[in-house]
Parts: sequence; structure tokens; C-alpha cells
Amino acid sequence: MMDFFAQLFGSYWPEVSLTAWTLIKIVAIVAPLMGAIAYLTLAERKVIGFMQVRIGPNRVGYFGLLQPIADGLKLFTKEIIIPSASNKFLFLLGPVLAIAPAFAAWAVVPFDLNMVLADIDAALLYILAMTSVGVYGVIIAGWASNSKYAFLGSMRSAAQIVSYEIAMGFALVGVLMAAGSLNLGKIVLAQEGGFWQWYWLPLLPLFVVYFISAVAETNRAPFDVAEGESEIVAGFHVEYSGMAFAVFFLAEYANIILVCMLAALMFLGGWLSPVPFLPDSFLWLLAKVAFLIFLFLWFRATFPRYRYDQIMRLGWKVFIPITLVWIIVIGAMMQTPWAHLFH
Amino acid sequence: MLNKIKSVLFSLMLVELLKGMALTGRYFFARKITVQYPEERTPMSPRFRGLHALRRYPNGEERCIACKLCEAVCPAMAITIESEQREDNTRRTTRYDIDLTKCIFCGMCEESCPVDSIVETRVFDYHGEKRGDLLYTKVMLLEVGDKYEEQIAADRAADAKYR
Repeated sequence: MMDFFAQLFGSYWPEVSLTAWTLIKIVAIVAPLMGAIAYLTLAERKVIGFMQVRIGPNRVGYFGLLQPIADGLKLFTKEIIIPSASNKFLFLLGPVLAIAPAFAAWAVVPFDLNMVLADIDAALLYILAMTSVGVYGVIIAGWASNSKYAFLGSMRSAAQIVSYEIAMGFALVGVLMAAGSLNLGKIVLAQEGGFWQWYWLPLLPLFVVYFISAVAETNRAPFDVAEGESEIVAGFHVEYSGMAFAVFFLAEYANIILVCMLAALMFLGGWLSPVPFLPDSFLWLLAKVAFLIFLFLWFRATFPRYRYDQIMRLGWKVFIPITLVWIIVIGAMMQTPWAHLFH
Repeated sequence: MLNKIKSVLFSLMLVELLKGMALTGRYFFARKITVQYPEERTPMSPRFRGLHALRRYPNGEERCIACKLCEAVCPAMAITIESEQREDNTRRTTRYDIDLTKCIFCGMCEESCPVDSIVETRVFDYHGEKRGDLLYTKVMLLEVGDKYEEQIAADRAADAKYR
């Protein structure tokens, strides 16, 4: 089989096979990710339902297991309405710009010691860049819709994401100081040695700030003023329908999974096992990510929406000072006998 | 000053947020109270005010004597009655319409009726598929009454001592 292909492509074979392998790997990452996103929507409805003493969707398939497929089919067959006053090109570019970075960031995510698509050294920077690009989708969607509510929503979202990106970036600075690397795989390996060696403990304030900022970055409750359905209907995607809306929806959930994955990698030891007598495995990473995602849903079921000015206050006046102070503390601690906490 | 430091520490440690999460966390495991409607139904009072019906006496004679008290009392003006003298010299309705899209289900027609003719049944899950389907005529109302007479009679009997 391989020989046949090698003959077919002749001297181009090395390039062709590399491209083919990369494509297969991309599909192997994106396909389960799409499934996870679809079932995250069901998990969210179930978890929030349970916390509200309801049972959630249970009509389509056993325990509602076919609900995401039914939702997908419905959205797929619906018409995409393009408002006549909108800029058509930008209007359709918005959802693409929202979802593309959410998927692209997965290129550098290591699932296990050698299970990574692109093992680049500036992985952390790449991820920061990709998650920042995501906000353009929201801004462009709100602007191109030519609607007050969409515009307000995208303005809020832009300000919020830009503010929390700083706190998030500083939290990551703490991680890279501790690990001495921007490569996600190396950051995980620097946390080797069991539950108490993971970075969540020495970097606890940064972990909390990172996670709360992550909630804000993904526009999730209680930071969901960009949607704010009680004030500005649906915010930036108020004019979207059908698949265009579904793409925004997918992007939101893809981003949730992404930030949880990053939190698990950087603060919870990635694929490392919490106890020495169990082997390190990809499954640990899945379990950690699932737990963090559950926290997202738990937050949504618990907290009422922040007022907009309070969000700004929290980001600028609380999180940024805390992260700055803790970066200095880490720097100081690394010069003391406690430095072993980080390695 | 001390209090201020204390409150700042408290908010930094997310105490209140964790308390809130503990509460929702407990409810996550609580027994679910959802009533799965078409299969399960909530208990219903004999005084339930649902779809209207016109009743008959056991001998088959319709009860309504066209006194038009219900038409007069109806606050939504949903009832329309026309009457004439029948051959046996009793007064009967020739038309008895209830527009269910106007009706507010207050039950005053039922209370005003001197012969317990117009009643509201326990039926609440009915529907119309086109405009006009919810304009119930005398024939339709009598049909509803014939269909649910047993239940209607039982409900009146259960409530009789309070009336």
C-alpha cells in the first residue's frame, strides 16, 4: 500500500506523505473536538437543569443523547438571513473569524508526551495570539450587522476581552517564569512529581485569576454581558440565524474547551498522574479538562450576571494588580530555597 | 480598619462565591421534581376551569333555558346566545357560541347558571388548527358535555357542600 503511493508520487513522496499525515492528524483532533462541542451543549443543559432541580432534555434518544444532532439538523436547515443594511462580506466573515482561531489554537496543544501536532517552542505565545484573534470575529459580526444591539454587544465584548487578556497574559507570565519555557509540553513536564507539584499550588492566585479571566474571555456567565439577553437581546449575534449562528455557538464552546485544556496543561499537570502509583495518561488530561468544563457550567448555574462597570473594575483594579504582585513574589521566591517548588 | 481588611480578605478568598456554588452543588444531587407532562400529570382540583361544556338532564333534555345570565355576566363578552320558543312552549337556545379566544376562564358563566348547564371541565389540552376552530358552537359544547358528563357530575358532587 505505502509502496504503491511512494511509486505514484515519485520524488515528491516525502512532502506528500508529510502533508497527508498532518491532514490525518488534524482530522483526528478536529473530529473528536466537534463531537465534544456538540455534546458539551447537551451536558450544559443537563447540568444546569439538574442544578435547577429539573432533568433537562430527555426526549430525543435515551437521556436526550440525540438532542445535539437534532439541534444541529434544525440549525442546518434554517435560512441564513442577511440583513439588508449589513455589509454582506463582513457579516459572513464574522463567524469564520470567530471559529477559525478557536480550532487553530489546538495545533500546539499536547495531549500526551509525544501526541502533539506542532511541537513549537513559542506555543504559549501562539495560543495567546490565536485567542486574541477570536475577538475580531465578535467585533466584525457586531459591526457588520448594522444593528444597535449587535453593536453594543460587540463593543462590550471587545472591551471586556481586551481587559481580561492582560490579566490572563500576566497569569501565563507566572507560568512561564516557573517552567522556564513557552513550550506547553515542557511546561507540563516541569510539573512532574504528583498532585502537590502541579502549578496550581505555588501559583494559586494566578490559577484563580487565569480561570476567572478565562470565563470572561469566553463571554460566559457571569461575564456574558456581550450576549446579555435581558438587556441587548443576544448581543453581537442578534442578527444571525441558521448555520451562521451555529458557528458562533460552536466557537463559544470550542473556546471553553480550549481554555479548560490550557488551564489543565499549565496548572493541573496536563497528562501527569496525580498519584505516583498510577501511570501518566491522556485520560488524566481528559478528566482534568472535563472537571474544569463542569466548573464553567456550575458557574453559569450559580452566579448572576456582573454589571458591566463591575467587570471592568474587577479586571483592571483587582486582577492585574494581583497578577503583578504574584509575578514579583514568584521572582523573589525563585532566588530563595523554595525555588524547588517550581521544578 | 480591621473589618475592612477582613472583608477584602474574604472577597479575595471567594468565600461567598464558594457558598453559592455549594448551594447549587447540593441541588445538583437533589431529587428532581420535573413532571413529564404527557405521561405524568399534576393533581387537579374538582373546581378546575378548563374547556366549557353544556350539560343535559339524565332524560336527554338540554339544561340550558336561555336565561342569558352567562352572556350578561361574561366579562370578556365571549358568549353569544339567541333563543326562541320551542313547540312545547319552553324557551331554548338556537345559538350558543363561546369564543374561546376571548374567554378568560374566570368561571363566572358557570357560577351564574341557575340550572348548572354551562360548566367548565377539567379538559385543558385542546387546540385549534385554523382560525375559527376555537369558536365553540352549541353542538360542540353539548358534545363535550356528553363526553365528560360522568366526570362533570362527579366534580359537581364533590364541590356541592361548599356551594
